[in-house]
Amino acid sequence: MLLRTKLHGKTYEFPDVRLLMGKANEEKSGDRLAGVAAESAAERIAARLVLAELPLWVLRQNPAVPYEQDEVTRVIQDAVDETVYAEIKDWTIGEFREWLLADTTTHEMIQRVSAGLTAEMVAAVTKLMSNLDLVLAASKIHVTAHCHNTMGAPGRLSSRLQPNHPTDSPEGIRAEIYEGLAYGCGDSVIGINPSDDSYSSVSRLLEMTYDLIKEWEVPTQNCVLAHVTTQMKCLQSGSPVGLVFQSISGSQKGCESFGINVGMLDEAYELAKKHCFPSGPNFMYFETGQGSALSADAHNGWDQLTLEARNYGLARRYHPFQVNTVVGFIGPEYLYDANQIQRAGLEDLFMGKLSGIPMGVDACYTNHARADQNANENLAVLLTAAGCNYFMAVPMGDDSMLSYQSTSYHDTASLRQLFRLRPAAEFEHWLESIGLMKDGRLTELAGDPTFFLKR
Amino acid sequence: MMEEEKINQIVELVLRQLQEEGLVPGGLKNQPGQPTFPQETITTGAATVFHPGAALSTHAEIEIDLPDPAGDNLRWLPRVKNAKDPGALIELMASTSARIGVGRAGPRSNTASLLLFQADHAITQDALYRDVDQRLLDEFNLMTVQTSITEGREEYLLRPDLGRQLSDAARQMITEKCQKNPDLQLVVGDGLSALAIESNLRQIFPVIVQGAQSAGLRMGTPFYVKYCRVGVMNDIGDILQPKVLILLIGERPGLGRAESMSAYMAYQPGAGQNDANRDVVCNIFEKGGTNPLEAGAFIVQFAQKMMQFQASGVKLKLAAG
Repeated sequence: MLLRTKLHGKTYEFPDVRLLMGKANEEKSGDRLAGVAAESAAERIAARLVLAELPLWVLRQNPAVPYEQDEVTRVIQDAVDETVYAEIKDWTIGEFREWLLADTTTHEMIQRVSAGLTAEMVAAVTKLMSNLDLVLAASKIHVTAHCHNTMGAPGRLSSRLQPNHPTDSPEGIRAEIYEGLAYGCGDSVIGINPSDDSYSSVSRLLEMTYDLIKEWEVPTQNCVLAHVTTQMKCLQSGSPVGLVFQSISGSQKGCESFGINVGMLDEAYELAKKHCFPSGPNFMYFETGQGSALSADAHNGWDQLTLEARNYGLARRYHPFQVNTVVGFIGPEYLYDANQIQRAGLEDLFMGKLSGIPMGVDACYTNHARADQNANENLAVLLTAAGCNYFMAVPMGDDSMLSYQSTSYHDTASLRQLFRLRPAAEFEHWLESIGLMKDGRLTELAGDPTFFLKR
Repeated sequence: MMEEEKINQIVELVLRQLQEEGLVPGGLKNQPGQPTFPQETITTGAATVFHPGAALSTHAEIEIDLPDPAGDNLRWLPRVKNAKDPGALIELMASTSARIGVGRAGPRSNTASLLLFQADHAITQDALYRDVDQRLLDEFNLMTVQTSITEGREEYLLRPDLGRQLSDAARQMITEKCQKNPDLQLVVGDGLSALAIESNLRQIFPVIVQGAQSAGLRMGTPFYVKYCRVGVMNDIGDILQPKVLILLIGERPGLGRAESMSAYMAYQPGAGQNDANRDVVCNIFEKGGTNPLEAGAFIVQFAQKMMQFQASGVKLKLAAG
């Protein structure tokens, strides 16, 4: 294999697909940490010049981890629609980019081609996209899913109400839910990250949120984002579960570092279909994020963008209701500053949608990254323009349990207003029926958590 | 301007509430009706702002002298206008440290809530990029060694791998100056918050030392690691071969809260170990977290349990049930 180009009079040669893929990325601290980043700005573009000429079949034949060694690779490769693949395998990555952006290429055409792609192809074309390319291409793709309500339809923007509490106090969490609902948040899910992963604590929070959903007839579902094994125990013992959650990683070794494997997820999915209380058919919720495989030394020498694309390839197996990257949570050693977080957020949304995933984004940052709330708001605007299914809704964007900053209750309301978007249809009707929303706008009553104290 | 009027209303409302609660002794210095939004300001003192524009229109000076909005009194003021049940709002807010009851301006947050958020982010940023006070380290006779980070905080943030390795000088210094094979080796590391160490060390350190003594455990020579990551426990374990290693390290700061510390513990740490081999007590801080005194006592007990079962982390969980 020869991978070489001249650029501005200098010759650049890349030894293999792995390094070509790494060096073609926009600058990221994590790729530097992994030793796969371009060593100069010119080398980065040289890598893209070569990548643009690479046919898709080369990427099919060069997965980030070999088929024999890795069950995530097997999941992705075995799911490829061979008919579609045969039609597109000779496209170059450069041609693929132009096809995605062409005005003649519709949402339906992209969804069909999606079935013939592997994660490495998805990652490769992303590397050739500018930020606005990513926004435009992503905005064409609408992936809907249904659990108790429908998410991802055009003209809709949903949010996960994230009422976390440092000690999982049901009273405190309930108060946060009241305020979130009062801002029109929670149509994707009421999803709590527990600080205590035990069965008793998790089942108690499931009961509390279920009771609240029933009392107010909220058209949404609940989820407690404990380890999947804890949630499986809850399902088996009859706790009311809306969505089943797990963090996933783009390689078998990465998944093992999360204490999961494909067999376990298969089992969780079967239990979810059998026991979750909403109608479905989509019951699963996954979180991802660039750098997670690298942080577990499970990246097999590949770049974090490619490993992230493999998350979506794995998630697709379970027809999830929602998947979101937690883009800035990982820290500055993987995404250094607001620029890198922004780029990764746009990449992840696009890759998820291209992979056929109903995709949301946790636009977020930690306090040791060079980012702030202004940068986070910028990213949320870009992601909304790109057709993000949902954001997190955290009180004032400050998660009092996980110690990071995300998007706020106010941000959900503001982004809807700004882009003339509405909540999921069932949820919008509900908000109207109780008087918190009228014609897509919050009413005077909105923003007051005491609204929900008495039905 | 319309915005001015709104802001004046909010300021007045808050200050009136404060006066009623006796939190602002002198009351309002700028009277209602006067412009309070300076178009041009000259700072004449730490908290006094002179406003020439106001003097032109009203021949009166504006003095703004605000109480601390981040203090406990103002921080938790309910800010929802026309709440259905104002009394219950206070109760809801008291049930969580999350920022609820914050109110809104259209779909955005109101000015006081926005500025409080920014104030908390600011204090966190200021806490992040500095070293632990040398006087505190001297107080506990902690010698300082460094990891393989050589280019400062920036490199520390970018290269976790180097923050997990002791420098050659550190290896030599530890080998020369520290007792080998102790029961308990205590190490302090800056991690991501110097403030966390400064806020908790005075409470937790003596408790661990005294607890170890009364349990008859042999303590090694404690020291401080600059640019420290948790993984450095392996390197230290290889040199000193303690039964149990305790690393007190500053956690990643939350918004407006940089004083939270973790204690990582491992039985016979060494090369190749990871978090599955370790136990951790996190959220150690006064007022709302795990109290550092209690944490210290718990840590010593837990170390004894590790020694009893000769294991830590997942292995200990399995062994002790």
